[in-house]
Parts: sequence; structure tokens; C-alpha cells
Amino acid sequence: MSKMMSSSVIDQTSSLSISSQNILSNGTIVDFSVGSMPANYGYDESFSKEDDEEDSNEESSQFKPRILIMGLRKSGKTSIKNVVFHKMEPNETLLLDPTTKTNLEDISCCSFITFQVYDCSGQIDLFNDPTCDYIALLKGCGSLIFVIDAQDEDQYTDAISCLTQTIFKGYNINRGIKFEVFIHKVDGFPDEKKMDIYNEIQQRANEMLIQQDATESLIQKIYLNYHLTSIYDHSIFEAFSKVVHKLIPQHRQLERLLDFLCNSCGLERAFLFDVASKIFIASDCISPLDTQLYELCCDKIDLVLDISNIYAPKDVEGISADDSSYTCVKLNNELYLYMKQVDKFLAFVCVIRDEIFVENRGIMDYNLTLFKDSIKDILSAQKTVSQDQSVNNQNNTNSSEPDTSNMANNILGNL
Amino acid sequence: MRKKVLLMGKSGSGKTSMRSIIFANYIARDTKRLGATIDVEQSYVRFLGNLVLNLWDCGGQEAFMEHYFTAQRDNIFRNVEVLIYVFDVESREFEKDIHYYQSCLESITQQSPHAKIFVLIHKMDLIREDQREAIFKAKEEELKNYSRPLDCHCFQSSIWDETLYKAWSQIVHKLILNAPQLEKNLHDFAEAIEADEILLFEKTTFLVVSHCLKKEHSDLQRFEKISNIIKQFKLSCSKCDTSFQSVEIKNGNYTIIIDLFTPNTYIMVIISDPRITPALTNYNIKYAQKHFENLETSQEQRT
Repeated sequence: MSKMMSSSVIDQTSSLSISSQNILSNGTIVDFSVGSMPANYGYDESFSKEDDEEDSNEESSQFKPRILIMGLRKSGKTSIKNVVFHKMEPNETLLLDPTTKTNLEDISCCSFITFQVYDCSGQIDLFNDPTCDYIALLKGCGSLIFVIDAQDEDQYTDAISCLTQTIFKGYNINRGIKFEVFIHKVDGFPDEKKMDIYNEIQQRANEMLIQQDATESLIQKIYLNYHLTSIYDHSIFEAFSKVVHKLIPQHRQLERLLDFLCNSCGLERAFLFDVASKIFIASDCISPLDTQLYELCCDKIDLVLDISNIYAPKDVEGISADDSSYTCVKLNNELYLYMKQVDKFLAFVCVIRDEIFVENRGIMDYNLTLFKDSIKDILSAQKTVSQDQSVNNQNNTNSSEPDTSNMANNILGNL
Repeated sequence: MRKKVLLMGKSGSGKTSMRSIIFANYIARDTKRLGATIDVEQSYVRFLGNLVLNLWDCGGQEAFMEHYFTAQRDNIFRNVEVLIYVFDVESREFEKDIHYYQSCLESITQQSPHAKIFVLIHKMDLIREDQREAIFKAKEEELKNYSRPLDCHCFQSSIWDETLYKAWSQIVHKLILNAPQLEKNLHDFAEAIEADEILLFEKTTFLVVSHCLKKEHSDLQRFEKISNIIKQFKLSCSKCDTSFQSVEIKNGNYTIIIDLFTPNTYIMVIISDPRITPALTNYNIKYAQKHFENLETSQEQRT
């Protein structure tokens, strides 16, 4: 039951929803929801062109978390969306027209998560626009990304006041929204200046929040995170990855799977990538994220995809996911980048030392087949549960089963 | 063996940017920082071991151009192997451009009558995609007329896509001495290991220097695309203080291996027979390395 939704360029083939059911090792199914509301929740016609489809496809659209991208005019919202999800070259974004209408897009980001991205027009003031039902919009929102143009210093004050306004309104409507601020277009600045801007904006935002009658304790409760980004390097992908992590309920489980894999095979680093958008869904937690390695892996995926597109036979798209396929790049500092496709959307990429790779190749391949199966299990469990749920009830419930183990509590805490 | 290559064209047409991307590992975006070239910038680029390209990047500002055809004429136009003339497709002063171009041709006919002439219609990315072929063909016609009785090869190019690599691959290919011999050896090698296709790249620029095709492929632009792709990856690796040695892609349809071959070249082997394992191909490549290395050194000794 997968129907093409909206103007998404990437094919959506799964109807998975984020009803956030986690399968624990002892088989108990625990229900904790993320707080998304059904997509057809009293929306204004002018807002989303896909209303009809959504009505008829209720179950699949039901539990999709929403990411809103907001910000002043020309801050870079549409460029970000296009570069991350539509594989647009950064220099082509200069040719984009200003967004006049707010666009809803359904992104099928791997089979784990289908979320909707709202690219809000900077020209419309969302809260004062009578045609816009922003309450419904914000209620269903999982993350709100606010983009600030770091190169436009004159606009800082405007941007920050808009940000604080948005935070207040958003928090009052939906306590669960995670606010992420992208301090964007920082590619031109040296590192010191970047840190300066980061600190400055953070400080000023805090000041303004306090000015507008927010108490310290309130500020503590609001989830507000800052990222330095640019579409000209990998920082935007990294930032988006981190945003998406918080919306995937199985994220912690995936991380643990990867940790286990790293330990058993002696890997330096392991990632689970979404091939189309180069967002990494999970990475191992053994050491803090090394941006360089992440970039290398991203570039490697680019390389493989591009070459595969040239040589693939006409009917085959992308990279094949059977057990014997793999891709391997040997670097001259004794590292291998090894990549195996897990399923149509996901790829496992790891960084491993020379000697270890040669010795443990067989074991690693075997472990990877187990890994693939685990992921498939998580996927199919998710599917059956969501299908049951959509048959039984139309709305999310916030209840959790009384029988919760420690592991469940841990996972909940990490969501 | 030194070969002199003249790079000429109006100021701002893109000569230094092109040269920086192909030979100096710039990415297209970095070329924005380049300033006007003052007089002539000479550089020496080692290519395929035995070949040294002596690039003369001649600044295109009017004052310099006038000078080239008068006081510096002998110095500049003598002993030239290749003249590369760059036209900015968006230029509004076509008459003037042609005037300078013809002065160049005059000087070349006098001083280096055997030079090969290449014309690049550059900055094609500024033209809408559906109009590119037509505009290029029109310009090509015109330029061929103006170049008579000399023969010129025209290419369209842009630093933002792979057409740059296509143009420069062809240019450099004409400079390689043992091209036919290399191709023959490559062909024998492909027969022996049952490969569909083999490409030989020069190590630093990743321009295709030789290739051998056993199985037809529909995408004729693939050489330059691959050059571009691999070069981008190489640049990304160098940003992380590393560089890649080899790439192996295996799936049910084909196996692709890109590996360091001789001291000056990389080889790319594409095999679609699933029975041939990558390990076997790697072994074959290692085995053939010696032979091709000998080819290169004997070439070096000869010159």
C-alpha cells in the first residue's frame, strides 16, 4: 500500500509511519508516540496541494513527523531543501526563484522514516497570515529549523527577533517541538569568525528570549540547538542528519547495532547512510563524530553512485543490494572505506584498517548479513504494528504500555 | 621531451581558470579568486612521465595582446606545438576577438607552421541547454572559415561540467607520442582478461590518455564524466589529507576496478562477466603492470 505522494522526487515505496513502536529484545511491544498528528488535520487548501491524496491515504500519512524550515527571506531555506533532498548542485541554487508559496514535500528518507518538509516562504509572515492555519502546522511538527543568513549582519536583529517569536508561539502550541537554528552561509568565514558568529547569535537569542518574558526555567525546557551550516560543504548534511536523528525512534537501537558491529569486526567507524540524500541515519558511538571521515564517506557514495549510473544497465537504478555486492575504496593511509547496500535506500559504510580488513573480511561479511537481517526485522515489525494501529485508531495516543523494562526507559529518554 | 603549449584569448575568457582546474587541482569554485594574468605565466607540467608540457598562459588584456604581436612575437610564437585559443561564448566583441585570433594565426603560420590549433568555445554553461548545440555548431562554422587555410579543432567547454575534460583530453592526446602503441597494448590486455572496456588515465590530471572498447556503450560522454567524477573524489580526499589508491565496485551486473597502474597512470577496468572475480582481475592488473611500465621507460629512454 504505497502511493506516490506529492511532488517528492524520491520515490516513496513504503508506507511506514513513525508510530514509534520499538521492538525490544524480549518481545514486548511498547508504544510511545512522537506527537505527530494526522496530516489531514484541518489544513487550509492553499497550504498543501496534496490534500486529496492525503485524505485517501490517511494511514500512511498518519504518523509522519513534520520538519518546518523557516527563516527570513533569502536566508537559504529552499536551497537547503534542494541540495539535501534533490541532489542539486550548490551553484545551481543561485538560479532558484524566491519561494512565494509554502511548499509541502514528502521525503521518503530510507524506509525508516518518511517525513514531510515544509519549506516556508520567507515573504509570508506565517503567524499573521489569515489563510494559514499555523496552529495545526505547529502541532504536527517534530522539528522546526530556523535558518539565519550569517553573511547578512544587518539582518541579525530581525532574524533573531523572528526566531524568538517563533519559539514562543511554537512552544505554546506544542511543547515537544525541537528548535534547530541553522547559522547558514558560513562557508566564507575563517574558523574563528565562525565561532564568533555562533556565540554572538546564541547570546543575542538568549537575551531576546529573556527580554520577552521567558524565565530561566522556561529557557531550560525549550529544546534549542544551533548548527553552523553551508550548502557548499558537508556541514549542511551533518546538521540535517542530527536533526533527523531526533525524529527517528529506532535511532538508539540502530546506534547500538552499529556499536556491536564495530566492536566485533574491529571497525574504526560505521555509518548507516540514506543513499539518496547522504544523511546518515545512525553512526557508532565509540568515538565522537569525525567530520572528515563523514565527508569521505559522503564523497565515496557520490563516486559510486555516479559511476554506477554510467555503467548500470538501463532498467537498474542505483546500487544493487544483494549479498555479494560491495564497494571498496583503498586510501593511501592504510584505511579502507567499505560499503554495502542494506536495502534500496540504506547503505552501510564503514572505515576499517588495512590489516584488519584483509584478515577479517569473511567474518565481517557474515556479520553484515546478520546486520541486514536485524534491520529488516526492525522494519517489518514497524510495518505490522503501524498497520494494526491504523486499523484500530485514527489518532495517536500518548499512552505507553504498563510493562516497560529498563531498556524501554533508556530508549524513551534518548528520543 | 618538452612541448610548448600556447594558451591565448581575450582577457577574462577563462584560460587561467581552466589551466588551474586541469593541472593545479583547483575546484571550479576556487577559480573565482583568480585575478587577471599579467603578461605571460609559464608553467611546466609533467605528463605521463616522459612528456613535459610547457604552458604559456598569455594574459589577454589589450596592452599585452598588442605586445605579443609586435615586440614579443618571435619569443612567443616560436617552437609552438599546440595553440589553444579560448573564446568566451558571451563576448559582445566578436569582431575584435576574431581580429586577435587571426593575428595569432598569422604569427603561428610564420613562426611555427606545424602547430596544431585548438579552439575552445568556453563558458557554455551560460547558454541555455537546449540552445547549446546550435550555438556551438554556428560558432564552429564561422571559426573554421576564419581559420582557413589552417585546420582547427573546435570544442565547447565549461568549468562547471565535464566538457572541460573532454576538450583537454583530446588536446593532450594529440601530444602523446606513443598513443597508437599504447592503444594496441591495451587492446591485447583487454582481450586477455576479457574486459568490456579499459581506460587509462594520467595520474595527476585524470585525463583519459588511452582507451579500449570491446563492448559498445551508449553514453559517449562517459570518459569526461568519469574523469570529472574521479577528480572530484581525489580532491575531496586531499582535503582530508589522504588520497585514494584504488576503487573496487562489484555487483551482479558488472565489476569496476580503478587502480594505480604505472607510475604515471591509473587504469580502469570494466568487466561484466560475473564469473570473473575481482581478485582475478586484480592479479591480472598487477601482472600487466610490469609490461606497461617497460613501455613507458623505453619511451622515456628514446626521447
